[in-house]
Amino acid sequence: MKQLILRRLGQALIVLAGVALMIFVMLRIVPGNPIETMMGEHADRATVARMTAEMGLDRPLPEQFIQYLGNILRGDFGTSYALGRPVTELMAGAFGNTLILALFAALFSWGLGLLAGIVSAVWKNRAPDRIFMGFSLLGISLPVFLAAMALQYLFAFQLKWFPVSGTGSWKSFVLPAVALGWNSAGQVAQITRTSLAETLGEDFIETARAKGRGTAGVVLIHALRCAMLPVMTVMIIQFSSLLSGAVITETVFSMNGLGRLMVQAISGRDLPLLQATALFATAVAVLGSLAADILCALLDPRIRREA
Amino acid sequence: MQNPKCGDGDWFAAGMAAAQPRGTQTLEVSGLTVALPTEKGEIRPVSDVSLRVAPGEIVGIVGESGCGKSMTARAVMGLIPAPGRIIAGSVRLAGREIAGLSEREKRAIRGSEISMIFQEPMSSLNPVMKVGWQVAEALRLHSDCTREEARTRTLAAFREVEIPEPEARLRQYPHQLSGGLRQRVMIAMAMICRPKLLIADEPTTALDVTVEAQILRLLERLREGGTSILLISHNLGVIARVCDRVYVMYAGRILEEAETTVLFDQPLHPYSRGLLRASLSLREGVEPLETIPGGVPNLLRLPAGCGFGPRCACRRSECDAAMPELRVVEAGHRVRCFH
Ligand SMILES: Nc1ncnc2c1ncn2[C@@H]1O[C@H](COP(=O)(O)OP(=O)(O)OP(=O)(O)O)[C@@H](O)[C@H]1O
Ligand code: SF4
Ligand SMILES: [Mg+2]
Repeated sequence: MKQLILRRLGQALIVLAGVALMIFVMLRIVPGNPIETMMGEHADRATVARMTAEMGLDRPLPEQFIQYLGNILRGDFGTSYALGRPVTELMAGAFGNTLILALFAALFSWGLGLLAGIVSAVWKNRAPDRIFMGFSLLGISLPVFLAAMALQYLFAFQLKWFPVSGTGSWKSFVLPAVALGWNSAGQVAQITRTSLAETLGEDFIETARAKGRGTAGVVLIHALRCAMLPVMTVMIIQFSSLLSGAVITETVFSMNGLGRLMVQAISGRDLPLLQATALFATAVAVLGSLAADILCALLDPRIRREA
Repeated sequence: MQNPKCGDGDWFAAGMAAAQPRGTQTLEVSGLTVALPTEKGEIRPVSDVSLRVAPGEIVGIVGESGCGKSMTARAVMGLIPAPGRIIAGSVRLAGREIAGLSEREKRAIRGSEISMIFQEPMSSLNPVMKVGWQVAEALRLHSDCTREEARTRTLAAFREVEIPEPEARLRQYPHQLSGGLRQRVMIAMAMICRPKLLIADEPTTALDVTVEAQILRLLERLREGGTSILLISHNLGVIARVCDRVYVMYAGRILEEAETTVLFDQPLHPYSRGLLRASLSLREGVEPLETIPGGVPNLLRLPAGCGFGPRCACRRSECDAAMPELRVVEAGHRVRCFH
């Protein structure tokens, strides 16, 4: 087990380094000089040249890359061109909001999705299944911005139960979390249903019944743990994508999260910020898949042994 | 359920049989009929089946694949997959009617008074749980043993079924055990509450010959301890080795019932004779392999009259008119054929 974790951690580091290089190269081969973009069309050439030199953008690419890596390892992601503040500070602020939103959304989506999936699998092709699966299809196919705006209109403008926008109190996270989680809940429900229904058809389920387990025991004690492998993988992928920011939801509810920060970085050609947000998203995804591997190994002894 | 079973005991010592009044069958099934709605119509995978298992007896059910052996076993366990159900007949366990019990009452019986082992010992154990836990679970569902008592009993059970290094095995997962060991674990699980009846559904089909012999010997020793066993198999060799009596099943019905020696010496039903010839030619490597012509009938379109008619060499005109009744030939020997 320890070996497995160490090996996957090593792999994760290699992937991260590779991605750092890719991001670095890609951001530099796209046309246009970021300094010009930053200073506007009317900047004079001398100033642009001076700024470029100051930021080291005129050095050879390998040298730039090594410096960039060194800075990253020291935890220095530079200063945002557009906002003039350290990138780490900007990211930390936005990440706080994104984290709360992600936790709320995950709680909502996993709770609802698991419940719906279990009920649907146990009563497969009967009324509860059809109802839940109808909703989950709606969840999957409804665009997030529509759900977000509908929730905002109904519960914020009309009923005034929750704030319309912002990140003031915990209440302001409820509607965005539901809007976001609705979609994930549908996915979780469907995969739980498929996986659990398949597990319930396995031979060892009949053994469990034959020794006197009732339906609840059979489902919760025997089937769910086996059925959770694919479900958990989906959940973790969802969570890492939530953690790198939810552009649409953050925009509709005017929240300052990582998603909006990244959009700002892109539209402002804000190289340091863009590099940091992209690297962060990658790190989250890589760590997420590491977490999924570890959890799967914890759940299933067969995987533990293969590893 | 009271808690009668937390003591330790030797499964192979006589004793279970004495607990029942003399003359009461451990299992007595009569007129059992199971209806199973399918997309194309309702089928009767078990139709008017009557059978009995006396205390300490090993009784076989034999028949080709799909003839309803497993469904009969499930009906006895009260585990027919929905939407199937028992539409007629009775199932008595040691004199007590159990077919009409509530789900709750049936659950109390399953695993404690009747238990079952299956064909695939790999897939029949939960792959993500330690085998010791799975065996102890059966005990803890039916008694209020402490964790420690359950462990001790499980260990004893592993010893009873001759699992080597039982302490270490307790903590292993199914994939770490061989097929034979897994089936022993299944038997330990089935026997840990000392049931009156053990149903073994093709318990050795997935195992190789030497392991099969070991498992069969284990079953015989359980029988010597007083456990009644209903042994389902399509392998007449297995049946011949351990069963006292046999039921031959075809398309959901019993076609012949006899003591094992009688059935093997003078099979009366053409189907039984066909099965025997096929099994003999298989054993002796006779070429060409003798088989019963034709295939298992579709339960949705059973032929009129005798269900075996289309494959029967002795068929006559009256065979197509009506289904023959099970007719007593001599004491303990019955056959469903006009001839
Ligand atoms: N869940 C089900 N849905 C529909 N039909 C079924 C179902 N289970 C069993 N059957 C049908 O019921 C009949 C009896 O099946 P059963 O499993 O009892 O056969 P079997 O004698 O045990 O065969 P095998 O030797 O292959 O185990 C078969 O014709 C089968 O097609
Ligand atoms: S009743 Fe007729 S068809 Fe059926 S088994 Fe006997 S001889 Fe053959
Ligand atoms: Mg079967």
